[in-house]
Amino acid sequence: MNRIAQPAGPAQPLAPSRRSFLIAAAGAGLMFSFAGGVDEADAAAAYAPTIWYGIDPDGVVTVHVIRAEMGQHVGTAIARIVADELEADWSKVKFDHVDSDPKWGLMVTGGSWSVWQSFPLMSQAGAAGRIALVEEGARLMGVPAASCQARNSVVSGAGKSIAYGEIVARGELRRSFTADELGKLPIKPPSERRLIGKPADARDIPAKTNGAAVYGLDAVVDGMVYARPKLPPTRNDSSVVAIDDSAAKAVPGYLQAIALQDPSVTVPGWVMVDATSFVAASRAADLVKVTWKTGDSAKVSEADIQARAAALIADPKAGSLVVEDKGVDAAFAGARKTLERTYTTSTALHFQMEPINALAFEKDGVFEIHTGNQWQSLVLPWLAKALGRPETQIVMRSYLLGGGFGRRLNGDYAVGAALASKAIGGKPVKMVCTRPDDTRFDSPRSPSVQVVKMAFGDGGKVIGMDHAASAGWPTEVMAPFFMPKGVNGVPYDPFAISGANHWYSVGAQRVRAISNDLANRTFRPGWLRSVGPGWTNFAVESFMDEAAHSVGKDPVAFRLALLDASGRNSGAADGTSAVGGARRQHAVVARVAELSGWGKPLPANTGLGMATTFGQERDMPTWTACAARVHVDPATGKVKVEKLTLVIDAGTIVSPDGARAQVEGSALWGMSLALFEGTEFKDGQVKDTNLGPYTPLRMADVPEIEIVFIESTEVPVGLGEPATTVVGPAIANAIFAASGARVRNLPIRPKAVLAAMKA
Amino acid sequence: MATFQFNGRPVTPKSTDDTPLLWVIRDEIGLKGTKFGCGVAQCGACTVHIDGKATRSCVTPLAAVSGKSVTTIEALDPKGAHPLQAAWIELQVPQCGYCQSGQIMQAASLLKTTPNPTDAQIDAAMNGNLCRCMAYVRIKKAIKLAASRMQEAPHTQGAGA
Repeated sequence: MNRIAQPAGPAQPLAPSRRSFLIAAAGAGLMFSFAGGVDEADAAAAYAPTIWYGIDPDGVVTVHVIRAEMGQHVGTAIARIVADELEADWSKVKFDHVDSDPKWGLMVTGGSWSVWQSFPLMSQAGAAGRIALVEEGARLMGVPAASCQARNSVVSGAGKSIAYGEIVARGELRRSFTADELGKLPIKPPSERRLIGKPADARDIPAKTNGAAVYGLDAVVDGMVYARPKLPPTRNDSSVVAIDDSAAKAVPGYLQAIALQDPSVTVPGWVMVDATSFVAASRAADLVKVTWKTGDSAKVSEADIQARAAALIADPKAGSLVVEDKGVDAAFAGARKTLERTYTTSTALHFQMEPINALAFEKDGVFEIHTGNQWQSLVLPWLAKALGRPETQIVMRSYLLGGGFGRRLNGDYAVGAALASKAIGGKPVKMVCTRPDDTRFDSPRSPSVQVVKMAFGDGGKVIGMDHAASAGWPTEVMAPFFMPKGVNGVPYDPFAISGANHWYSVGAQRVRAISNDLANRTFRPGWLRSVGPGWTNFAVESFMDEAAHSVGKDPVAFRLALLDASGRNSGAADGTSAVGGARRQHAVVARVAELSGWGKPLPANTGLGMATTFGQERDMPTWTACAARVHVDPATGKVKVEKLTLVIDAGTIVSPDGARAQVEGSALWGMSLALFEGTEFKDGQVKDTNLGPYTPLRMADVPEIEIVFIESTEVPVGLGEPATTVVGPAIANAIFAASGARVRNLPIRPKAVLAAMKA
Repeated sequence: MATFQFNGRPVTPKSTDDTPLLWVIRDEIGLKGTKFGCGVAQCGACTVHIDGKATRSCVTPLAAVSGKSVTTIEALDPKGAHPLQAAWIELQVPQCGYCQSGQIMQAASLLKTTPNPTDAQIDAAMNGNLCRCMAYVRIKKAIKLAASRMQEAPHTQGAGA
């Protein structure tokens, strides 16, 4: 599976490995920088642009974090990675979340990538600083560098010591590292780690308890007007025919309603309603009457989208072959027995707590966008096209995100605010969406259809598997340059199939990903927490359960036998992050079975269900297993989740408590998507636009949760999403164990459980 | 024109009487700790205290607080050190943090009437407060921790709370 760090397409930043790492005493502090995009010869003179951290003469280290803070405490994690190798005193380390700038390279926060991607780079950046400080500290003290060591922001040796701040203040730090040298800098052995893996409070938390934390919604600037969009009847292809604002004029504070002109076609058909307050803008927007020429998706329903997916799957020529082993058809033709099942998932909303918003204005020739965002590098080109100015004249100021979950990977809302400002001469416009606006303009998780087949030989041996999945493809719609090609040459969205290419050894395997063109046209499919694996694994892991039962095997024993780490599942082909391969997945399954009491008797109408996944991507596997214990009310079909037991092998854990928090939240996300969340398209729009009809999990629904991390010093991988991928199928399998009801659609509603019990 | 006590001092905002209190607090008074989530009193992000009782400010018109006392997260405790706030930090409760002002204000209201709440009482009181990060496990734990601390050393509430 490809990864966003290494896009195949244009305009990607220089990979850090191709940059030169520079250290120099410059201005007020020691700056450690990568000279991005400049000639090696110029780099020394430029000390340029890209700065990951600095140390001031007081010894305060400030780490510049390019990742968005949306609840994962990412700044603390990344600063501790730097500080560990730098041998810095943690009490003297700070961090900030930077604004957009080409010098940072690719700015994206998603995919559970932040720690995984940052770890080597930030470790080596820290190590480089430590080496330079030791050398210069030794020189200042007049002792050999080889006799010195650094600890707690102090260099000491031969009975003398000097603090980092003093080295910066007095020293002449000039040391550069070529890319090769930097890449060869040894990272400390795990036994020498002083911060990584040790408990630490997240630095962003206190401000989140007293109202001081500043989110995008809180951004203000003098003289701004407020605005609320009037959204067209379809996400795509609507255009404004006429605006009648006569009724809105009665609203005190109403200013104007403007049809946005959008060359980037990001917010087609938007009318922005401006007023002197948000309340006035909101009320006026309700009264503005707009006539649209609507797109052809105005009548599309969820059933239409799913019918299209099923039809596409039925066409064997459709889609991209992500895995295509020799002999799949032969395996099925010669099978003693085959099993085929279809799984579906419904449209699901992000429903991040902070509705989308942005403040935009032009100042000194630069367009400023103040908003929380997860993928600045994606939206900047859209903004440039929309505003008709180069990206160098646009800056995105960073704020805390009142929830990301993938919604703010797609920065389309920033375009609406920017165009609204441009329409009034660059004056500041603060656009705020109401919750129903936010929901209607969401990039929801596409509904999906999956057909999974298995071929069995003698004695129930698995000899072939075929998995076809069709859904709207977020990456095709928003970032097609990130799509790798399947073995048949057809590009595919890795975020709409990953998971199906699992680590079970199943003989001849085929995985086919099919873009649902009707979904893509009707709405803008989104990346939603755990992306493809959040729904592909519902099929894979429900199916593994069904397959086990169909050949009379225990679902855990069946899985363990297939997780044999043979062939491509040894991990060797997927890089060092996947070292150990399916052997590590085998281990988490065995452990969760033991912890959850698998196989022991349970009370009536109660069942234990198992599921396991590799998290997000094959080359960044987070080995995850979950046992769910549920009670099913036989009269109503109502499911009560009593306990979730999770075992996770994520390699090195940088922030133990933060890791646990991510698993707690993402596991409950999985449960919420399994039982509580789902909507549908009706007349080209999502039907449920606010709480009430849309019902994410609440406190009273929370089960007992037990989480165990496998102790490991392997490469740290992602933790923001993997638990989301595993809980849904574990619950579905537990429902089967408790009641005999096999449910094959998410979300699982009591009615469906009842119907399946009678089936 | 409604005059009321806001975080311990009298205010007479210019907003019209039908303006939701949330937007008066955020955009006229200018305190941003109280958040906008759903606008229909279903998520709890906008929770403030009105005469000490947790109330959804997004559906409370300004006129309704005339003569009353309104307290926001910024004034729950003069030093931001209410036992709930301390417990929230100790147990590292917030993730994105956006809902937490509302969660804390709701919990503070609960602990005033029910100093030693059971799990069921906590669920009942907090079920209207959505946490999209789903930090519920820690929210509940922190409420219990704060409750136990307050039993040992009763807390003096902040301005007007």
